[in-house]
Amino acid sequence: MKPFTSIHGLVAPLDRANVDTDAIIPKQFLKSIKRSGFGPHAFDEWRYLDRGEPGMECAHRPVNPDFILNQARYQRASVLLARENFGCGSSREHAPWALEDYGFRAILAPSFADIFFNNCFKNGLLPIVLGSDVIDRLFLEVWACAGYRLDIDLAAQTVTTPSGEVIPFTVDGERKHRLQNGLDDIALTLQYTDEIKAYEARRRIEAAWLFA
Amino acid sequence: MTSPRTLYDKLWDAHVVRQESNGTALLYIDRHLVHEVTSPQAFEGLRLSGRKLWRAKTVLATPDHNVPTCDRAAGIVDAVARTQVETLDANCAEYGLNEFRMDDSRQGIVHVIGPEQGFTLPGATLVCGDSHTSTHGAFAALAFGIGTSEVEHVLATQCLWQQKSQAMLVKVDGELRGGVTAKDIALAVIGKIGTAGGTGYAVEFGGSTIRSLSMEGRMTLCNMAIEAGARAGMVAADENTIAYVEGRPQAPQGADWEQAAAYWRTLHSDLDAVFDRVLELDAATLSPQVTWGTSPEMVLSVEGQVPNPADAPDAVKRADWQRALAYMGLSAGVAITEIAIDKAFIGSCTNSRIEDLRAAACVARWAVAHGRRVASNVKLAMVVPGSGLVKAEAEEEGLHRDFLAAGFEWREPGCSMCLAMNADRLEPGERCASTSNRNFEGRQGQGGRTHLVSPAMAAAAAVFGHFVDIRDLKLDNLGGVRR
Repeated sequence: MKPFTSIHGLVAPLDRANVDTDAIIPKQFLKSIKRSGFGPHAFDEWRYLDRGEPGMECAHRPVNPDFILNQARYQRASVLLARENFGCGSSREHAPWALEDYGFRAILAPSFADIFFNNCFKNGLLPIVLGSDVIDRLFLEVWACAGYRLDIDLAAQTVTTPSGEVIPFTVDGERKHRLQNGLDDIALTLQYTDEIKAYEARRRIEAAWLFA
Repeated sequence: MTSPRTLYDKLWDAHVVRQESNGTALLYIDRHLVHEVTSPQAFEGLRLSGRKLWRAKTVLATPDHNVPTCDRAAGIVDAVARTQVETLDANCAEYGLNEFRMDDSRQGIVHVIGPEQGFTLPGATLVCGDSHTSTHGAFAALAFGIGTSEVEHVLATQCLWQQKSQAMLVKVDGELRGGVTAKDIALAVIGKIGTAGGTGYAVEFGGSTIRSLSMEGRMTLCNMAIEAGARAGMVAADENTIAYVEGRPQAPQGADWEQAAAYWRTLHSDLDAVFDRVLELDAATLSPQVTWGTSPEMVLSVEGQVPNPADAPDAVKRADWQRALAYMGLSAGVAITEIAIDKAFIGSCTNSRIEDLRAAACVARWAVAHGRRVASNVKLAMVVPGSGLVKAEAEEEGLHRDFLAAGFEWREPGCSMCLAMNADRLEPGERCASTSNRNFEGRQGQGGRTHLVSPAMAAAAAVFGHFVDIRDLKLDNLGGVRR
């Protein structure tokens, strides 16, 4: 996993609530058995005018000029500004894989769906929850100013606007540590192998039917 | 004396392997369902890191998302989908996992076969790389969906790092009116609290109405808990729960059974347990529900009219409603019962169990008895059983003949048009009465328009060609009563 320390990133505003993981990466692309290559199909149904299929060469597909991420000023954005309940629906980790592969490193929203939120941290993608009023204001600033960038510092847990306003955010300490260092959860968990085995030994007696 | 605990507290406490000071806990996972779509990268991760699988016996695997629902003998035509299913077969063989392959009579949707096999047990923790894993909470289990990285984590360690959620009680009391089902309760709850209303919560469904629901009904309800954003849905164990599990292939036996059943009877919230949020609902006020938009919270009673965006509570919602109406090809003020459909889908992990099929078949029999069949404007009305065993049971009861006589198609088990990963899908602009769980844009096929309803409501819409109030048919045995 790519570590996340800080970024100075161009912001793209996606002004709709309840953006679901079916929209982030439509089902036909989930047939892949790989973890990579989903970026060209991120938001496929909104982004292109034709029907997307796995294995397509996307560079020459007709793009939807009305979709915000297709506007010239938001090309190479690495921060996604979003609305409530971002990432709702299916548990597909292909959604953060697609967003990360597209080039996003951080997502700012008033709230996230639970499974999506968890999945982001496993993939070097930082989801940041900010108050609705703050998000509203950021939308206005992004719309008003081409080339709008935010500084996001994970160590300091701050988002800094071009005007110098510093917005603090919270993040679970353990998740922060793993994200900063690009650490693999499994290696950490396996340090507790003895505790897992001790738990199993106890449960084999307490709840033997789960081990039959 | 210990303080009163919720069912969620009890399930949580019994599975903590290690507690960190920041509130994170390492939870032990008893059961793991695996399917072809969210697992290949997890197995690949294990191989690349040279890690072993912790405990193979906790896994049950089956292909369900990609499998065809007709012409199984021909195999999977789509080469990419076929590779994914073959990859699951190969991974299960390599790691020695129990898999019901596509040609196995027990194959089906993961969330149908787990309970059916007695693999899902009260008091257990159960995960799957699928959001609708909340279904299994119907058995007083702690069950939730996870991503592929976590699938790999569970395969390698049998554990997951979790933050404990808050506890919500959705208490439903009173008697449901005829024709109103668990699906309608689920949709009504989501309509009330919104698709993010359950975010951060584990939801317990309680009250006299819930206690009177069949296990199938409880599964439908817990299945939809994720559509309210909840981490998990659950129902206390009772004699119904225990009777459902007894005698199933993987259920405990002999002395284990007695010990297990005694423990399961303790799996309910204590009398004085405190919930962080309580929502009360009067079952007698509920009508059959129909979604009108592109989020499950955009839902109405069948007697209602499509809402006007001008009446939306705020600007963000107003824009959402406008976009939803445009996508759905609907105008404000149209009565739900005036909306004509092109297709009907009866199936999915929400509504493909025997009781669901009985309710739909009841409508099919009504149609034949009244000289009707699937309406001429309906291009396809398909019934997709949740598993091979559900299909066999339905055929033993003759339900397939009822469906076929009324013009419905009778298919092979799988996820099918709930998410349209296989060939079953809506074409752009097509409108569907669907018993599935999500009406998102493009969910059932790019440009497809989904209305979520109960099985009897979907079957009736197929017969009339438009939505009808199922109560007008005066069917008195929709509750899945055996003939």
